[in-house]
Amino acid sequence: MNMISRDKPRLVVVGNGMAGMRTVEELLKRAPGRHAITVFGAEPHVNYNRILLSSVLAGEKAMDDIVINPRAWYDDNAITLHAGDPVVAIDPAAKTVTSAGGRVEPYDQLLLATGSKPLVPPIPGLDLPGVCAFRDIHDVETMIEAAENHRRAVVIGGGLLGLEAAWGLARRGMSVAVVHLMATLMERQLDAAAGQLLQRDLDKRGLAFFTEGQTEEVYGEGHVAGVRLTDGREIPADLVVMAIGIRPEVSLAKKAGLGVNRGIVVGDDLRTTDDSIYAVGECAEHRGQVFGLVAPLWDMAKVCADSLAGLDGPPFVTPSVSTRLKITGIDVFSAGILAAADDGDDEITFADAATGVYKKLVVRDDRLVGTVLYGDVGDAAWYFQLMQDKADIGALRPQLIFGQAFAGSTIGAGPDIGAMPDDTQICGCNGVCKGAIIAAIKEKGLTSLDEVRAHTKASASCGSCTGLVQQVLAYALGGKVDVQAVPAICKCTDLGHDAVRDAIRAKSLKTQANVRAALGWRNEDGCAKCRPALNYYLLCAWPGEYVDDKYSRFINERAHANIQKDGTYSVVPRMWGGLTNPAELRAIADVAEKYAIPTVKVTGGQRIDLLGVKKEDLPKVWGDLNKAGLVSGHAYAKGLRTVKTCVGSEWCRFGTQDSTGLGIKLEKLLWGSWTPHKVKLAVSGCPRNCAEASIKDVGVVCTEAGYDILIGGNGGIEVRVTDLLVQVKTEEEVLEYAAAFLQLYREEARYLDRTAHWVARVGLDYCRARIVDDADNRRALYRRFLESQRFVQNDPWAERASQGVDALEFQPLATVV
Amino acid sequence: MARWIDIGRLEDIPRLGARTVVTAADEIAVFRTGDDQVFALKNRCPHKGGPLSEGIVHGHKVTCPLHNWVIELESGAAVAPDVGCAPRIPVKIEDGLVWLAIEDREPVLST
Repeated sequence: MNMISRDKPRLVVVGNGMAGMRTVEELLKRAPGRHAITVFGAEPHVNYNRILLSSVLAGEKAMDDIVINPRAWYDDNAITLHAGDPVVAIDPAAKTVTSAGGRVEPYDQLLLATGSKPLVPPIPGLDLPGVCAFRDIHDVETMIEAAENHRRAVVIGGGLLGLEAAWGLARRGMSVAVVHLMATLMERQLDAAAGQLLQRDLDKRGLAFFTEGQTEEVYGEGHVAGVRLTDGREIPADLVVMAIGIRPEVSLAKKAGLGVNRGIVVGDDLRTTDDSIYAVGECAEHRGQVFGLVAPLWDMAKVCADSLAGLDGPPFVTPSVSTRLKITGIDVFSAGILAAADDGDDEITFADAATGVYKKLVVRDDRLVGTVLYGDVGDAAWYFQLMQDKADIGALRPQLIFGQAFAGSTIGAGPDIGAMPDDTQICGCNGVCKGAIIAAIKEKGLTSLDEVRAHTKASASCGSCTGLVQQVLAYALGGKVDVQAVPAICKCTDLGHDAVRDAIRAKSLKTQANVRAALGWRNEDGCAKCRPALNYYLLCAWPGEYVDDKYSRFINERAHANIQKDGTYSVVPRMWGGLTNPAELRAIADVAEKYAIPTVKVTGGQRIDLLGVKKEDLPKVWGDLNKAGLVSGHAYAKGLRTVKTCVGSEWCRFGTQDSTGLGIKLEKLLWGSWTPHKVKLAVSGCPRNCAEASIKDVGVVCTEAGYDILIGGNGGIEVRVTDLLVQVKTEEEVLEYAAAFLQLYREEARYLDRTAHWVARVGLDYCRARIVDDADNRRALYRRFLESQRFVQNDPWAERASQGVDALEFQPLATVV
Repeated sequence: MARWIDIGRLEDIPRLGARTVVTAADEIAVFRTGDDQVFALKNRCPHKGGPLSEGIVHGHKVTCPLHNWVIELESGAAVAPDVGCAPRIPVKIEDGLVWLAIEDREPVLST
């Protein structure tokens, strides 16, 4: 026995399970050494993670792996543990408990954490050897031993526990049949559709099912031999596992005269009807509800520990609970209600039988109140957060079923970072996982998104994971991180892109120096982030007037070629609408040989890429290409790249219009323009859409009736399918609408916004209102686009190859040999 | 042994830009900042060897064109948290001419 000083309050804990010991842990955190603690446990073990028994049964974990607190923990914290000596009586008047071993222990405060016991139906034969429950280590030992010596098992109960037991036994080589009273499996957590998918998948894995099967008796002589159902079917078995459910273990509390319904009745502070006695875990009933899942138990442990420690904590609030099935390779998630309760509720479902994916969301008053996921549970945490936050999902509703990536993480809710495993990838571009970000934050004391970016590179590339990184940061810092509503352009200023653009026009700022001075830039020269943006904004605002600053351009736009990893460049001549001819191909072949260009490749934009050109050779290469009529393809530009086409009505038997010809007209109209980010177009000659117009910034799909103009598509990191802007009848209209759309994008999008991001932000309705509904505005946009094109449609290669522009760019200052 | 070599006039280097000097062993990037100071570094980013001469110059720093590391022109050191250093080459301006101290036994200059 530990020496216990008598002046400490004595806390006796009945139950050495997860809820009881978590409460003790929480108490030790809050008030270490405050109590003299004695724990009684019915099982002859230290505290272990009961949830993982199914993993032990399946052979995925060893018993040692699931121990939560080893002996040493009890010793270190001066906790007296009586394992294998269950309490059999409580005397609330005398404030003592009595154990089966005859020990009488006085208490000042008593914590009941007796958990639950398997539900045992009145079926004959349950006392035969070979029948067990699935509740504790002893049961698992019985099952493992049976699997080693016998072949056939029957599990009675097709709920969460029963299926995990069945799967574990199957993994151990037994042939397993599941008897389930209801028509579909896990009917408490899954709707019928998901339950059927689950049965189909488990059936493929060799489990047999007897649904709507009521067990009449378990038969056998001296040992179990099988199960007989009420409809006469017999299933032979060497092992029968009863897993039809659990009920709170309340017998002690009842005998002691405490208030008991289904569970031991507790208030919001988890006290029972006796002020000195608390109850937590599966044995407790709070506001009419009992709990069989772990999440509420953790909350109970905290609230109870507050009270035991004499702290004034928040009351226990029944949380939403969610369920996952622990069968490797089968992904099931369920939370909240399973089906619409009445006309006021709506169900949104997605089902793909071929891939075995099923999702159902139940919506009530624009709040998500139920989620059932089968086969793809990637968004489970997000949906669950939306439910817990009672977030308004009205705006997200059309995309909600497709998950967070599609519906966006723009509303307050986010995934449960705490529940996310450390190896969850947060940043796909740079391969940074949650654990690495948390480690960097802790080790280096990071407090801002910029610092996390700098140290881990997470969200430093495409930025689509920025929201997630901020949530990881907030989680690691234990609170909210201030997120500016409008991000600043860079560290030189606090102003966002839109504010700077507005000021450029409103104050007639016409040089970068003017902008930086007028708007209080912190660095006189700006930086590598803001200079290209300002250069673009000024170019767009003052066409023909602002002088382009090449030293504010990224090297590709300065050298009119794409820098490669070894410092060489790639050269892509324009092929209008993807058309070429023998003379052009010959010139390309000649250039490749003459300058020993190592790689010649066909691009995705229907042109030819010459890779590995030395910088000093660029003007000569361009000069040779120019002679064959080839000009820059601007493959390096935040500007018009390509117009991809199919052969259309000229050759194709399905073609409805001259898509190639229209593509060339579009490319001739748009080439040379600078835009906030790169712009790609495509024209398909019929709705078969061979030119893939529906993932382009502007796509045109020809029909018998005319042309569908599509906008805002993207085939990059985050695929976005275009929206239909308008249907028109003539090529002239296509040109005007396309140019007007690009001018609107040029004037209003932020630098480095693709059209997809911008359209997603401002909305299709806005684009339609400005371009389709307002014809005057469309024509004005078109005119401004044409005006701006007057100054830029000069081949930059010809200027440098033969007109002496930027000659110094391509020569070393000196050669010292 | 290092020798001071005249590599050209200050005006031959664009303000907020850079030019390269090719030596037998190496390529050197010579930067001119907004305040008309000149710095020289080996033309290889300490990260993945990117040509620093092609980066955007701002203040007394250059941003590498390959992966946006920022390098201090005076020291050649990468700005934290990145770690690394591009070797410095001594440089001076005299009478509008830019001189580099180049390790080269028998230099022959041609422009």
